[in-house]
Amino acid sequence: MIEINNISKSFNGKEVLKGITSTFKKGETNLIIGGSGTGKSVLLKCMIGLVKPDKGNVLYNGRDFYNSDKEVQQSIRREMGVLFQGGALFDSKTVEENVRFPLDMLTDQSVQEKQDRVAFCLQRVGLEAAAKRMPSEISGGMKKRVGIARAIVMNPMYLFCDEPNSGLDPLTSVKIDELIKEITEEYQITTIIITHDMNSVMEIGQNIMFLYQGDKLWEGISSDIIKTDVPELKEFLFSNKLLREMER
Amino acid sequence: MSVIGKYFIFLGMLFGKGEKLSVYWRRLMEECVGIGVSSVFIVAIVSTFIGAVSCIQTAYNLVSPIIPISTVALIVRDMSILELAPTITCIVLAGKVGSNIASELGTMRITEQVDALEVMGINSASYLVLPKVIAAMLTFPMLVIFAGFLNIFGGYMAGTLTGVITERDYLNGIRDSFVPYNIFFMCVKPFVFGFLIATISSFKGYFTQGGALEVGKASTGAVTNSCISVLVADYLLAQLLL
Repeated sequence: MIEINNISKSFNGKEVLKGITSTFKKGETNLIIGGSGTGKSVLLKCMIGLVKPDKGNVLYNGRDFYNSDKEVQQSIRREMGVLFQGGALFDSKTVEENVRFPLDMLTDQSVQEKQDRVAFCLQRVGLEAAAKRMPSEISGGMKKRVGIARAIVMNPMYLFCDEPNSGLDPLTSVKIDELIKEITEEYQITTIIITHDMNSVMEIGQNIMFLYQGDKLWEGISSDIIKTDVPELKEFLFSNKLLREMER
Repeated sequence: MSVIGKYFIFLGMLFGKGEKLSVYWRRLMEECVGIGVSSVFIVAIVSTFIGAVSCIQTAYNLVSPIIPISTVALIVRDMSILELAPTITCIVLAGKVGSNIASELGTMRITEQVDALEVMGINSASYLVLPKVIAAMLTFPMLVIFAGFLNIFGGYMAGTLTGVITERDYLNGIRDSFVPYNIFFMCVKPFVFGFLIATISSFKGYFTQGGALEVGKASTGAVTNSCISVLVADYLLAQLLL
């Protein structure tokens, strides 16, 4: 379980996050949604320790990330898997080396153990055939899947995904969403997904938080989101013509 | 001043908590190949031609009948050892290696590869930059020794082939009044320059923010600042050690 309490962050005097508080449960896909520039990615970076919040704290199973010593922070970090927006694969390494990288760096496993684990993770995301290819030789959707494989290779307790569907066609987006949901349920991970993709909201969102101009305007379960009476959320949800017609 | 302060904090980060020694050893070997071995060709070309031009131009200016022609070789040797091999080679390396380091790290930063390392709990500055700095400090002196040899060889080839100096005079000249300390001085310079070029370029690349345009700017800034720092350090070393 991850708890965030009163997270605030400003850049050059501009308040990007205004006291966000929430709880993300284990084994659920938690979605943070909102338009561009609403502070979703900054909130994610605050949670994973890339940007230090001005106020507030982040608790990982009760362990306060920002008020702990470096060793505790390090151990929390090693329980995290992060899928970055562009995949963030290392250009100079093959797909297989990218997935094996955390094992090489952070564990003392034998070569065989590492090979088995990498093969398992690549097979889990359906990319065993692409193991020897370079990131420049694979598609955007494949990069995301390699990113997921790398994120789960260390058996994380917390999975963070920053816009996993950006730049993907609808079909690949659905596959990526399903994969994340399956992994979350299979390994009972606390998953947090930043997205503005409505398909994801409807398909895999269990607990959803809506951010608007740095404020949390709505939070709830996916079945309630359609019934919302928050005008900003309604505007966000029914921004396209098809959905507006469906609403009517 | 804040940039200088940030630079020193960055240097401190390099020596912060690191990873396993085997990881650094593998990275160091990769960087030695990337920084040192891949620069051999450009260093060879530049050094040979600079040596050749030095010989021809020195001979052109030394027209006094009371100065022996072997002095041309002596001047080429001392110019090569004291200045041309260490400084010009390192200026060339600042362009080649410096821009490469800055653009590599800058691209890693803007594509979130550096963030990926950080969230894994890896000291990204130490993992990415420290092997580059050590590789530069190890390979630059080797490249400079190689460049010094080729400077003198280039002078020999140009001098003897064009007939401005005989082989015997050239060989006598490069042996005349030789000061072994100058070789030590020649090796100290690239050691210092290697550190400056690698750290300044890494600093520029590591803190890149934005997109492709900013990576280009970081690369240009890395080369410019590295060249200036090499020239300032060159003056300071000459003042201190000669």
